[in-house]
Amino acid sequence: MLLDSNLESVDKAESTVLRIAGELGFPEDDLHSIGMAVREAAVNAVVHGNRYNSRKKVHLNVTHGPGRLIITIADEGEGFDIDALPDPLAQDNLLRQSGRGLLLIRAFVDEFELRRRQPHGTEVRLVKYLANAS
Amino acid sequence: MSVKLTTRQVGDVTVIDANGRITLGEGASTFRDTVRDLAAAGNKKLLLNLGDVTYIDSSGIGELVSGFTTVTNHGGQLKLLGLNKRIKDLLQITKLYTVFEVHDDEASAIRSFA
Repeated sequence: MLLDSNLESVDKAESTVLRIAGELGFPEDDLHSIGMAVREAAVNAVVHGNRYNSRKKVHLNVTHGPGRLIITIADEGEGFDIDALPDPLAQDNLLRQSGRGLLLIRAFVDEFELRRRQPHGTEVRLVKYLANAS
Repeated sequence: MSVKLTTRQVGDVTVIDANGRITLGEGASTFRDTVRDLAAAGNKKLLLNLGDVTYIDSSGIGELVSGFTTVTNHGGQLKLLGLNKRIKDLLQITKLYTVFEVHDDEASAIRSFA
């Protein structure tokens, strides 16, 4: 699914993923976590990756395997060095206004992977396990 | 749905009642503008009631932090009231529980400004 680089797309990404997650049977608390992670990842793609550039798209892909939901969100930006990001939990950074998105994503999913997308951009892969999956 | 903010006075404490979502965009900017204006107007005791806030994202958290800094820089105090479990969890994850003073009932929150 291709989304425009605007805030409305963040809502679309969230609602799309939550609809699928709901159909898979994720409980309410997990739905909240999934929604949070997707929103943060989508915001990163729109704001930091594509910088609201109308010519750049956000790529959303949602699949599921046995007992898991797999979400990838990618932008078409310049990419970045994740190791260069300030640690939002460092004492000196606690009062920073921004920089907590990746922290929250990692807190709300079971697997998190960030990689460069070819030819441009960054892709995050999020996996949420469905508890008690048969 | 964005956030709706209303203010009321309880003695010399300004209570900001928030209702809705504090997220990137209108919600976060509404909150930022309100706190900034209150601080600039000389309100030094601000209690942010998040009891009816259903959702807050990292941008919303950022505006809480920004508000805290703004009020503190004006020589005032900003405290939080009525956080639901999910928002409390966010403050734990971000270690902001070590920054904000959080209360569960309004009366004790108001007394704490004395």
